[in-house]
Amino acid sequence: MTVVAGPDLPDTQGHFGVYGGRFVPETLMHPLLELEAEYFKAQQDAEFQQQLDYYLREFCGRPTPLYLAERLTRELGGARVYLKREDLLHTGAHKINNAMGQILLARRMGKRRIIAETGAGQHGVATATVAAMFGFECVIYMGAVDCERQALNVYRMKMLGAEVVPVRAGQQTLKEAVNEAMRDWVTNVRGTHYILGTVYGAHPYPVMVRNFQRIIGDEARRQVLELEKRLPDLLIACVGGGSNAIGLFYPFLDDASVKMLGVEAGGEGILPGKHAARFQGGSLGVLQGTRSYLLQDEHGQVQLTHSVSAGLDYAAVGPEHAWLRDRQRVEYGYATDDQAVAAFMRLAKTEGIIPALESAHALAAAIERVPCMHPDQVVIVNLSGRGDKDVAQVAARVALETHRSG
Amino acid sequence: MNRLVQRFGRLREEGRKGLIVYIGAGDPNLDTTRRLALAFDAAGVDAIELGVPFSDPLADGLVNQLAAQRGLESGTTPGGVLATVKALRQGSHVPVVLYIYYNLIHRYGQERFIRDAAEAGVDGLLVLDLPPEEAGGYGHQMRAAGLCAIYLIAPTTPEERVAGIAKEASGFIYYVSREGVTGMQATVAETIGDMTARIRRHTTLPIAVGFGISNPEQAKAVARHADAVVVGSAVVDRIARGAGRSDLVESVALFVRTLAEGIRG
Repeated sequence: MTVVAGPDLPDTQGHFGVYGGRFVPETLMHPLLELEAEYFKAQQDAEFQQQLDYYLREFCGRPTPLYLAERLTRELGGARVYLKREDLLHTGAHKINNAMGQILLARRMGKRRIIAETGAGQHGVATATVAAMFGFECVIYMGAVDCERQALNVYRMKMLGAEVVPVRAGQQTLKEAVNEAMRDWVTNVRGTHYILGTVYGAHPYPVMVRNFQRIIGDEARRQVLELEKRLPDLLIACVGGGSNAIGLFYPFLDDASVKMLGVEAGGEGILPGKHAARFQGGSLGVLQGTRSYLLQDEHGQVQLTHSVSAGLDYAAVGPEHAWLRDRQRVEYGYATDDQAVAAFMRLAKTEGIIPALESAHALAAAIERVPCMHPDQVVIVNLSGRGDKDVAQVAARVALETHRSG
Repeated sequence: MNRLVQRFGRLREEGRKGLIVYIGAGDPNLDTTRRLALAFDAAGVDAIELGVPFSDPLADGLVNQLAAQRGLESGTTPGGVLATVKALRQGSHVPVVLYIYYNLIHRYGQERFIRDAAEAGVDGLLVLDLPPEEAGGYGHQMRAAGLCAIYLIAPTTPEERVAGIAKEASGFIYYVSREGVTGMQATVAETIGDMTARIRRHTTLPIAVGFGISNPEQAKAVARHADAVVVGSAVVDRIARGAGRSDLVESVALFVRTLAEGIRG
């Protein structure tokens, strides 16, 4: 197998093959170039890295366990299933790895106002948390529909001192929150840093967020070698923008024997407007700063999306994922809403862990794949977040189903 | 010769300042867009900037976002906008620039879009989210089709970027007078004079100034430093408020005439 990723990608303009780049209004070009220069400087700066390590360890709770899910493994009767427990991090998801990195960068650049978009609210909570910790002003943009379905996280962000702005344009979910965050950034660019939460948007965000998230895979690789004395056979992670997936996958890309599966949101099935599986129904497009796979109509208008999981409910996917898919290094599948909810319930009952609905998509794929594998094989599922925020939504859905079938 | 280049040439000869008016295409429908353009031509507008509606207009303020939404609701497509320009050309030589987000061109097929736009009678493209770094063959294709590639320069653009952009640009330079999205402002930025002077060190192209200019007084103030003034949201807002009225075109054209007089007065 060819080596598909490495220090040479993206190129200096942020391209992964035909994907990526920097498609933004001129007002943002210089700030992005500044951010890029500062980020690469910080990356080489031992003191910056030490600070980041310190806060990730002492404040966020890294390293996270690589946990053998014994009952689930027995029940599925195939490969051994390990869970990378990002759900145990402070604030409840992998998002804080990146938020912490970027707030330290903002501090370095002397920017004291922080903005961010959020879908499920996990990135918003992580950002509000690090902003509170360093005493920065913080504004979070969140689709009005998401504010409703993730109400718990809205309260959390407000308690942490952030202003939460509900966005009422379009379908009122993650995409519109990104548009509004970018409008804020264009307007207040000199004193504001935009903590984008995933491996999406204009260069340097995809590479920077990947590098802040690769700690997931770096740890998992070390841990699995220690526990199993061998590399895993399969890695599984859900893919919205794709930051938890790339974080897990990236350090294994050169390990040819390790297969990888990214799981998108299949929603109610692969029909226009009913899902968010960009690799199923999408095509090459340019949205919000980058070129990648995009759910769009024949004229280039971005299509509506649907997923039970607010964090995966997004019309485009990170450019590096598009590249990895083209190179056939990572396989991309999808799980439907029903499959994700079933996996959510199953993990709670068999392992005593309530996963985020986003992560439940990865679990749904594991439940499908693992029984067909050999007991000697090893699978790592990225449990990217915990499901407290989803409890009310799932409870209502399950009650409704019980009502219907009863 | 390109109508835009011709018009700016004439303005320069006559020592006059230009007025560019932005409207959202298809708001409330494409036929009204055509009639507005004709009326603006008669009211003394020097170029019309037609916003091609996009689902995610992230550089636009609320007024223009809503116009784009109305444009999409009236079924406006990039192809429909080109057909409207073609129809406009039956009765007008007013220069037309398309203000457009890159994904629409990308989806249509860049080379084909540029060719079709030129054939329809478009004079220039302002692609909001296509910086010169990503433009690739765009500049060459635009020159070959005889279209002006209009680029934005912002208050955040440092001098070396100004030089780079000026090299790629044709027709005019569009200076965004403030950091932010499109929309009306009570005051205009005080830095316009410094910035336009800085741009002129790198180009002889005319400079149009826009973003936030909403009345004849502001237009006049800005025109002191610029070769042309762009007014958008203030006009779009009047279209929104006049929707459904039989005198929509006339009343908006009347306002546009006061802008033109403000600049020339």
